[in-house]
Amino acid sequence: MMQITEGSHAVADAVRLCRPQVIAAYPITPQTHIVEALADMVADCELDAEYLTVDNELSALSACIGASAAGSRTYSATTSQGLALMFEVCFNAAGMRLPIVMSIANRALGAPLSIWNDQQDSISLRDSGWLQFYAEDNQEATDLHYLAYRVAEDHSVLLPAFVCFDGFILSHTYEPIDTLSQEDIDRFLPKFSPYERLDAADPISFGMYATPEYYLEFRYEMDRALKESKAIIEKRGKEFGQMFGRDYSAMVEGYRLEDADTAIVAMGSICGTTKDAIDEMREEGKKVGLLKIRVFRPFPTEDLARALAHVQRVAVLDKNISLGAKGAVALEVKDALYGSGIPVKGYVIGLGGRDVRKKDIKAIVGLIGKGQGDMFYGLRTEVL
Amino acid sequence: MSLAVGCRARPGKARDNKTGSWRVFKPVFGKEKCTLCGLCMTLCPEGCVHETEEGFITPDYTYCKGCGICAQECPGEAIEMKQEEK
Amino acid sequence: MVDKTLELFDCGHRACGGCGAALAARLVTKAAGTNTIVVSATGCMEVFSTPYPETAWKVPWIHSLFENASAVASGVEASLKKQGRTEKVVIMAGDGATFDIGMICISGAFERGHDFTYICYDNEAYMNTGIQRSGATPYDASTTTSPAGKCSFGNKRPKKDIPQIIAAHGAPYVATASIAYPADLMQKVEKAINTVGPCYIQVHAPCCTGWGFEGEQTIAVAKLAIETGLWVNYEMVDGKVVKAKKVVRKPVEEYLKTQKRFRHLFKPTRQDAEIATIQAIADRNAEKYAIDIKLKKE
Ligand SMILES: Cc1ncc(C[n+]2csc(CCOP(=O)(O)OP(=O)(O)O)c2C)c(N)n1
Ligand code: SF4
Ligand code: SF4
Ligand SMILES: [Mg+2]
Repeated sequence: MMQITEGSHAVADAVRLCRPQVIAAYPITPQTHIVEALADMVADCELDAEYLTVDNELSALSACIGASAAGSRTYSATTSQGLALMFEVCFNAAGMRLPIVMSIANRALGAPLSIWNDQQDSISLRDSGWLQFYAEDNQEATDLHYLAYRVAEDHSVLLPAFVCFDGFILSHTYEPIDTLSQEDIDRFLPKFSPYERLDAADPISFGMYATPEYYLEFRYEMDRALKESKAIIEKRGKEFGQMFGRDYSAMVEGYRLEDADTAIVAMGSICGTTKDAIDEMREEGKKVGLLKIRVFRPFPTEDLARALAHVQRVAVLDKNISLGAKGAVALEVKDALYGSGIPVKGYVIGLGGRDVRKKDIKAIVGLIGKGQGDMFYGLRTEVL
Repeated sequence: MSLAVGCRARPGKARDNKTGSWRVFKPVFGKEKCTLCGLCMTLCPEGCVHETEEGFITPDYTYCKGCGICAQECPGEAIEMKQEEK
Repeated sequence: MVDKTLELFDCGHRACGGCGAALAARLVTKAAGTNTIVVSATGCMEVFSTPYPETAWKVPWIHSLFENASAVASGVEASLKKQGRTEKVVIMAGDGATFDIGMICISGAFERGHDFTYICYDNEAYMNTGIQRSGATPYDASTTTSPAGKCSFGNKRPKKDIPQIIAAHGAPYVATASIAYPADLMQKVEKAINTVGPCYIQVHAPCCTGWGFEGEQTIAVAKLAIETGLWVNYEMVDGKVVKAKKVVRKPVEEYLKTQKRFRHLFKPTRQDAEIATIQAIADRNAEKYAIDIKLKKE
């Protein structure tokens, strides 16, 4: 059923359909509407969950750890400063192999304080062992929650997952959404079956420490599980497509890429603007295409290399900056294309909510045509 | 042994670590003065003191660290700490 | 009733010989029983009991981080409630995890009113990282971050009154206990886990390594803390002190002299003013909790 809904509310509704048993979250702009909507659902008995109004984000994710270990499907949501406060807990949840799902309404990190969008927050946690899905629009943002639970809880994966969607740009925007029914989701997402749980009938110690004899192997196992989750994403993404018509089996998705000589690589809502810009550039006869990254962790190295094998140049749009180095996505793309001879340039763009328009995308295509890149794009040099 | 997912374990394995090897002094439990009050059983941080089938109180030397709490606290002074022979 | 033969904290753990915290772990689990889930914080107890795969816990146990045990426990409790399960949730965290780094999570969890029992095993410093001071470190104790020196008598501040702070959250049952009085300790644990709502017990657990005394003296030192009035065993129900252990008080010196952390108060010269300040702390405790047994003059 198509409904015009605010992004946050659409996400909250998708979360409800996933039947989380314990929810713990802390409000922060622009994630707040999600947790408010969930609180309403609990208050109206539309959602049968324990809803913990925790004291801060560190507690939120910690409570999810406890609840997940005790055998419940758990959910949290945050962004920016809240996610930064969870830094330690994020690594911990992944290392403990607990399939928590958390929505990230992407926002810049201070200082300077900024409530507006970029993707610095979740990308800064790329090494933490969480799966990271990025949504282009609100339809995808909702659907990726179903997929995230399905994949994270798979006993061959057992890792937590971020579902990232751009703060304000998506979270506060009304779009038509094909809402699924509880029956639909129950068919796709089975009841939570914990791999192991805290249980007096079968006592297990969770969260032991590892000596140098074991630590390396535990990290290896996490890396392996994350990489092997690609196959599960493919399988479940395809299944979702067969059920509901939207196929998420691919971790990267091309747009007018088949015959392109210039490829733009991007993540999140910027892909929509990029597609529009590409349509216009195509009218002008420019062979530009887009490769959208939907799954940033595990990083789809091979898929990306395959999809870009035929192009002559790649421009990567980064809504983040690894200060002192480059945008994180560009670094990964360069790694994926290493040895191919295809030049890759990165463009740090749209940080802290700076608007990215079609003309900016076109300008970047112009820049890479001239071999210029690995730069901040759109700097107001007059204030520097 | 394959690695447990998420660094977890079921009970039992701590016993692989035989802490008796730490001992410098060994508590020797005298049968005559012991009144079976059981205080040593309660106060041993290892929980390694138990009653034998013959009704005597004795520590499990596999794990007894020789801390001396039992000897110190025994109201009947029935436990004596002796230099461990190695 | 507590099953005295029940051992839920296994042999083979790596605590120092004579460790008060290890004894606390044994006594608390014994009192709590098998239908318990323990949540630990990073610290000595966690480290000496769980190097993979050698767990000493025979009850389900979880450790996540240093500061978040009460939040983890909140999640465990919420999950059990949702599942209709009956296990009791018991947190076991050190004084550093409780008095200092865990306070936000603790305050939130007590305010939310989860049904759990929070045990703080109080060894009065960060032992696991090498004896640094915490908010529980007593006045004048020398630690590695509050060392006694030419112009310092050690820790400059008295112990924080965490039980009062917890009680102010509306906790139905708050108590202090000591490993030197195991029956009392176990009774309090039983009472706490059978009280609905968030309960708190602070257990004095001397650390031979950190305080500087022989391991055999652990119980004796803990007893002296009570007998001098520097530690008071009491119970608070709904914010009111209902019971405190009475003693015929000894001078605080008798306690201080047993431990290297207070040695600078006696050597190279005796610091009368400092000792008097500590005596005043004990006197205040005695008055506040009315613990003095008045001996009849004959
Ligand atoms: C966030 C964080 N900061 C610091 C540490 C280092 N650390 C580990 S245990 C510990 C002290 C523990 O003290 P306490 O809670 O009193 O327990 P104890 O070791 O004394 O039993 C510290 C400082 C840590 N693990 N995590
Ligand atoms: S010496 Fe210590 S470890 Fe050994 S039995 Fe006595 S109390 Fe237990
Ligand atoms: S340092 Fe202290 S608390 Fe830690 S194990 Fe040793 S005696 Fe116990
Ligand atoms: Mg401590």
